[in-house]
Amino acid sequence: MDLLDKFDSIVALRTSLPFEKADPFKVVMDEILSETEAVINGRRTILAGTNNYMGMTFHEDALAAGKEALEKFGTGTTGSRVLNGTYGGHKLLEETLADFYGMEHCMVFSTGYQANLGMISALGGKDDFIIIDADSHASIYDGCSMSNATIVRFKHNDVDHMERRLKRLPADAGKLVVVEGIYSMLGDTAPLKEMLEVAKKYGCMTLVDEAHSMGFCGPNGRGVAEALGVEHLADFIVGTFSKSVGTIGGFAVSNHPKFDVLRFVSRPYIFTASLPPSVVATATASIKAIKNNGNRRAHLWENARRLHAGLKKAGFNLATAEAESPIIAVHLPDPMIGTRFWEQLLMEGVYANMAAPPATPSGVFLMRVSVCAQHTAEQIDEIIARFIRTAKIINMDF
Amino acid sequence: MANAQTLETIYQLIAPLNKKGIELSPKTTFASNLELDSLTVMDLVAEIEDEFDIILPLNILPDLETIEHVADAVEKIVNKGS
Repeated sequence: MDLLDKFDSIVALRTSLPFEKADPFKVVMDEILSETEAVINGRRTILAGTNNYMGMTFHEDALAAGKEALEKFGTGTTGSRVLNGTYGGHKLLEETLADFYGMEHCMVFSTGYQANLGMISALGGKDDFIIIDADSHASIYDGCSMSNATIVRFKHNDVDHMERRLKRLPADAGKLVVVEGIYSMLGDTAPLKEMLEVAKKYGCMTLVDEAHSMGFCGPNGRGVAEALGVEHLADFIVGTFSKSVGTIGGFAVSNHPKFDVLRFVSRPYIFTASLPPSVVATATASIKAIKNNGNRRAHLWENARRLHAGLKKAGFNLATAEAESPIIAVHLPDPMIGTRFWEQLLMEGVYANMAAPPATPSGVFLMRVSVCAQHTAEQIDEIIARFIRTAKIINMDF
Repeated sequence: MANAQTLETIYQLIAPLNKKGIELSPKTTFASNLELDSLTVMDLVAEIEDEFDIILPLNILPDLETIEHVADAVEKIVNKGS
């Protein structure tokens, strides 16, 4: 029996989509001109789907720090954090993050995915419960699968639904509530204050994933928990370097006095090589720059609101009533229109994300735009104009 | 084997989702008979949980293929709780 036969239905679905000029899963960026522009297939293209929220990928401090570390420390550590893979730079990055979050402890992981995997799998023991939002990112679901805990799921952002479930759990059991500040597909914000208060009422520990909210939410860019003034209710905050920070890696911060034991029990932390020194130096410089960059935060929010207002005025069906984040998602009626829209938009010179189930909640099809702080107002207007032109060319009713 | 009352309650919760009017029995499967997608299943699970005031953990869902499987699991959880 061929083990790959079970994927035949997926292959059939993929081949049924009418891609003619491009394929969203095979886009190649030949040149990166700036934080906001690339050359794709010979065409100058506005990048509007790269999660590069704070536009840090070409920040001069980060570039300089990365180059220096590459020269001084080489291309990679070739080892785990708990063996030969901890350099001075790794410790400095952890100190920088702990300082950024005003927390005692920090652990840096090799990717954001592994940060969730490593934290959740280690925290959820055999007799414990992990309570998650139904729209959680795959890394949260996978962390749950890897744990030995019992997994309880509640309806997306529904505090009452969550509370009804917490009420049914044993009062004295170990319980971890996992929520995200901003959900990556629709760009909607969690009612974190209510959720964390309810979680605490039922004696749960809490983990907040700020992957899509770090950098621009809250006065210091720490995320939604900071913006809502509820960081004290979060036992663990997890984040990534691959979005606002502009490189790759992940982290968890906490004030828990026993936090450091996780370095010896978290398998996704232990059984992989640590981040290369250049990446670590880049992340450190970038986080320092983000902390002091209120201007970029302000401009990013202006861009998000401008794009949301423009697309709404044009008549597009948007996933959120207001711009709740730099993620602006447009609902499309079905996969065929989604396919043609995405393809035509790329031909018009805008790269956005075509998002389809199972990555999207409720089986919806989205043209997902992520705005960058370095987009100019003119580029935002251009994105809006090209959305409108694309809808006309493919005869989309909206 | 689950009792008739439990099965009846589950039938009632499934009824609004049974778009094709399939006759419900303990052996009816959610995927191939009722053709429920994963999102509908998720909503149904939530309704069953609230109706019986229990938790159906995500961990056990892959094993619940038929109505009878769900009814048995519900009864097991209800009895354990009391």
